[in-house]
Amino acid sequence: MAQITLKNLAHSYHANPRGEQDFALKEMDHVWQDGGAYALLGSSGCGKTTLLNIISGLLKPSQGRVLFGDRDVTEAETAERNIAQVFQFPVVYDTMTVRDNLAFPLRNRGKDAAYIKARVSQIAAMIGMEAMLDRKARGLTADAKQKISLGRGMVREDVNAILFDEPLTVIDPHMKWELRTQLKQLHREFGHTMIYVTHDQTEALTFADKVVVMYDGRVVQMGTPEELFETPAHTFVGYFIGSPGMNLLDAEISGGAARVNGAVVPLAGSYGPVAGRTQIGIRPEYCLLTEGGGLPIAIRRVEDVGRHRIIRGEVAGTPVNVIAPEGMPVGATMTHVRFAPERINVYADDWRIAPTGTRGAA
Amino acid sequence: MEKTQNNKAWFLVLPVLVIVAFSAVIPLMTVVNYSVNDTFGNNQFFWAGLEWFEEMVTSNRLHEALGRQILFSAIILAIEVPLGIYIALNMPKSGFWASVCLVLMALPLLIPFNVVGTIWQIFGRVDIGLLGHYLAELGIDYNYTNDPLDAWITVIVMDVWHWTSLVALLCYAGLQSIPNAYYQAARVDQASRWAVFRYIELPKMAGVLLIAVLLRFMDSFMIYTEPFVVTGGGPGNSTTFLSIDLVKMAVGQFDLGPAAAFSIMYFLVILLVSWVFYTVMTNLDKEEGK
Repeated sequence: MAQITLKNLAHSYHANPRGEQDFALKEMDHVWQDGGAYALLGSSGCGKTTLLNIISGLLKPSQGRVLFGDRDVTEAETAERNIAQVFQFPVVYDTMTVRDNLAFPLRNRGKDAAYIKARVSQIAAMIGMEAMLDRKARGLTADAKQKISLGRGMVREDVNAILFDEPLTVIDPHMKWELRTQLKQLHREFGHTMIYVTHDQTEALTFADKVVVMYDGRVVQMGTPEELFETPAHTFVGYFIGSPGMNLLDAEISGGAARVNGAVVPLAGSYGPVAGRTQIGIRPEYCLLTEGGGLPIAIRRVEDVGRHRIIRGEVAGTPVNVIAPEGMPVGATMTHVRFAPERINVYADDWRIAPTGTRGAA
Repeated sequence: MEKTQNNKAWFLVLPVLVIVAFSAVIPLMTVVNYSVNDTFGNNQFFWAGLEWFEEMVTSNRLHEALGRQILFSAIILAIEVPLGIYIALNMPKSGFWASVCLVLMALPLLIPFNVVGTIWQIFGRVDIGLLGHYLAELGIDYNYTNDPLDAWITVIVMDVWHWTSLVALLCYAGLQSIPNAYYQAARVDQASRWAVFRYIELPKMAGVLLIAVLLRFMDSFMIYTEPFVVTGGGPGNSTTFLSIDLVKMAVGQFDLGPAAAFSIMYFLVILLVSWVFYTVMTNLDKEEGK
């Protein structure tokens, strides 16, 4: 087990990248703590799998170093790095029995037979496949095969990290939840560093202690689920996390207030002069419909999702969503929306800027 | 639901029946007719019963030809299958050189059989052939017209040259269908090169490999043109395989009865072996579907 450090890491699939746009992974510096459960979250094509394959050594980065603890493993082969990886689609050795599949990584590393036997039955119990151990893997269903893949990923105890590349895509929803819980339990028990790639925010937020959000080849934020929700560092994080995502409105910022289309929105903190395109971001959960006071809103649609209602509207031509708790009346007289000042984040050119002081002090 | 009975539907099957009759059933029945009759031409037939079959089953000549044929097919399979797999494993997976390799591999398959025979017949000649001449220069006593062993080597090398591509191309297609994740997983699991071949590549190739073996077996078991052009079945009878012997008997000696009986048994042997292959293949599929 080891802390994983990425130094000036970048990768391009072009032989001679001409500019930043040719890089699938833009230059980054990150430290992944030993024993952490990380989720790598982002939409398709943002570089999640590329980053994962660089960590596991299946791909050599175009530049930068990868360190496990103090050891530079940039040039090291996958086998040398001693990591486990589970892929998006099930990879099983068809002609072997389930038991041999699970034992394969251990046998290749020359573990003794008694240990292998004990370990395989332990893992089989964990993935619920004890009854099928002596069957050939050929002809099993996709989710059974994926469980074998997961089992093979977890069978070695001494790995530096276990990497999961959207491993639950092919598994049905109920089993998904169960396996995720087991992974989490496994993490608590053995303390392996785990990196879990997904594009599903629920999966990421429930699995990980720390969620790493990627966008366009960049890590835009690395934080706890709470941090991602309350203070998204980038507008993409605000938009991608949450359902629906954060509302963003173009605004002029001056001191402790923002001006949206001429109307003043009070902020909790005060801000110095801000350059670039400035926006304020507010989560739908922190918006409140009023009969007056706040910004005028034109309501387009109300969606009742059971626990609450989502009001889809427009403020100054920009779509704004509001979440109204169950029981709160939504009527024709509700013509304005008010934002909770302490929940508003300010963005300049898509990146969050911190207030220079609280309003009281300013 | 009430089923409509309409016997006119049988007319729809008629064209197929006619085509099959003329292309397969009638010619085959002609052979059956020859095999149970004796004829001296002029369409005069004398009933012979199973006499020709008895004669052929106990014929030394046929036994020897069959022995040579089995040996030939066995050697061909033993060389071409491993060699084809080896070539397929080492061919580039993509890019310019993959296309070049594919074209080069396909070339021998496009040459007509008698041309292949002619190429090797000339290539191996001691007086003017490139191979024969230079082997003689090197002091190697090589002459496929005199020495049975040299004749065998020539015929086998020629077949390997002609047909290994087929096995290689089929295996290559099988290998191309393996997703990259399998190789990546093998690297993560620290599998050896042999384990990758044994547990990933070979199982994925098994289907096409069976077809390759079946095709190569059938073709080599029926081989006629190439050895006929190169050696004419000689020296002596050393490269007289079943087909060559059959033609000698039917056309050379005009022994139509024995030749017909011989043909039918030959046909049944190939049918039997193909059936065995077919059964093995479908059983593998079933196992997969379980």
